[in-house]
Amino acid sequence: MADPRLRTEQRALAISGGILVFFLAAPLFALIATATVASLEAGLREPLVWPALRLSLLTTTSSLVLVVLFGTPLAWTLARSRGRFARAIETIVQLPIVIPPAVAGVAMLLAFGRRGLFGSLLYPLGVSLPFTTAAVVMAEVFVSAPFFVQAATSAFRRIDPNLIVVARTFGATPLRVFSRIALPLAAPGLVAGAALSWARALGEFGATLMFAGNFEGRTQTLPLAIYTALEIDLRAAQALSVVLVVVAFGLLIFVRSVLRRWSEREMTP
Amino acid sequence: MIARGLTLRIESRIGALQIDVELETGPGPLVIIGPNGAGKTSLLSSILGVSPVERGRIEVAGAVLVDTAAGIDVPLEHRRLGYVPQDYALFPHLTVRENVEFALASSAAIERQERAQRVAAVLRDLAISELAERRTRGLSGGEKQRVALARALCVRPQALLLDEPLAALDVHARREVREFLSRYLRELGLPTLVVTHDAADAQQLGSRIAVLEAGRITQRGTWADLAQNPGSKFVEEFIATAGR
Repeated sequence: MADPRLRTEQRALAISGGILVFFLAAPLFALIATATVASLEAGLREPLVWPALRLSLLTTTSSLVLVVLFGTPLAWTLARSRGRFARAIETIVQLPIVIPPAVAGVAMLLAFGRRGLFGSLLYPLGVSLPFTTAAVVMAEVFVSAPFFVQAATSAFRRIDPNLIVVARTFGATPLRVFSRIALPLAAPGLVAGAALSWARALGEFGATLMFAGNFEGRTQTLPLAIYTALEIDLRAAQALSVVLVVVAFGLLIFVRSVLRRWSEREMTP
Repeated sequence: MIARGLTLRIESRIGALQIDVELETGPGPLVIIGPNGAGKTSLLSSILGVSPVERGRIEVAGAVLVDTAAGIDVPLEHRRLGYVPQDYALFPHLTVRENVEFALASSAAIERQERAQRVAAVLRDLAISELAERRTRGLSGGEKQRVALARALCVRPQALLLDEPLAALDVHARREVREFLSRYLRELGLPTLVVTHDAADAQQLGSRIAVLEAGRITQRGTWADLAQNPGSKFVEEFIATAGR
């Protein structure tokens, strides 16, 4: 590498990449670096912190269970179908990824609000969904399910189709093929997808605010609490933010290690 | 006379290919050769029941699996065909024993004790008892093939379909495994269809050979028949590669 031009060009490429890295890391660095133990402690003592933490845990666990329970069979079906209909379904399922959360909130109100398309059918029965904890879970399912279904579908697609054919030649029923062959083989992909989906649900803000509102203990999840705390006490907002970042970071490490172990397992003959 | 083997008459359009095939095996292997894209894989998938047969009839050991005229189309799960794909398709998350057990447990309600006996018997039969607790990933190609055979045969299928049974092996292993397979299939006496693009495989495995070209059977006979009287340029070149 004696050629100075090669070196200059390589440096230019590295620097332009470095600018983006700085931009991405700076806010997170500021968030952590400006926090002191004392300010974190004071922040976590704010009364809105613990109800929000509890509610976030409760709602994201519920939404995750629902997403995995209904998303896994859907992903398996999508992975095995090739028709135009299946592709249309896949597009519909992916749509919430690109829809702005605020739009999702409006759409959910129009669908499940008291006067909504489906909500108006429930209201006479005494069921009103908006501005309840159930609404929080619904908003979280709406925005997070696509991440799981997408990851699960591609995990199922990676299974050698001959494994399924061979299993069927023995007379294995669809449920048996699914549970004994497909599920264990796709498990790492499902776990990674579930983790990503959970992270998305944990951070959900816009749709929740519009469809579920911002009521402490009932619909005020961590991101909404951060938004509220910002007006009262910046330290509380920062403390909650640090908690979320730590959780998200841990999750990212977890997902990457699962996926790495998986690809290593796939590579070894 | 009741056909003891596998007889089929299939017309189907699979992808861009039109297949129109009539075949009959006796007990013992029939080898199908043909150039790439001639429809060998499509033929197998029609027999298995993965691809639908548009018109025709498939009969194995007297049982009708497909008869489009009579509206019969037995689902893949109930066709009782043993299938060994090219890469053997062993379940990577299961041990050798579990692979075989999965097949048995899927096929019939057999008591645990009898199941264990049948698994042990088939592993012994294929001389892979000592591999029983191993994961399939680390096995050699020849070992994998034996496991795939054990798994396919333990459910007592009516016929056996082998797709390129030796293609996944390296040159050194190939000769040895080919000899084993040839002997084993003859002793087994089960109607067997072997698909291969390898001349040496065809020569040694098949008592009878059928040539599949562009979706049609263009020639059939013994290896000697084909060598003496090649019906096409493909057969001529195919025979010539066997000596190499």
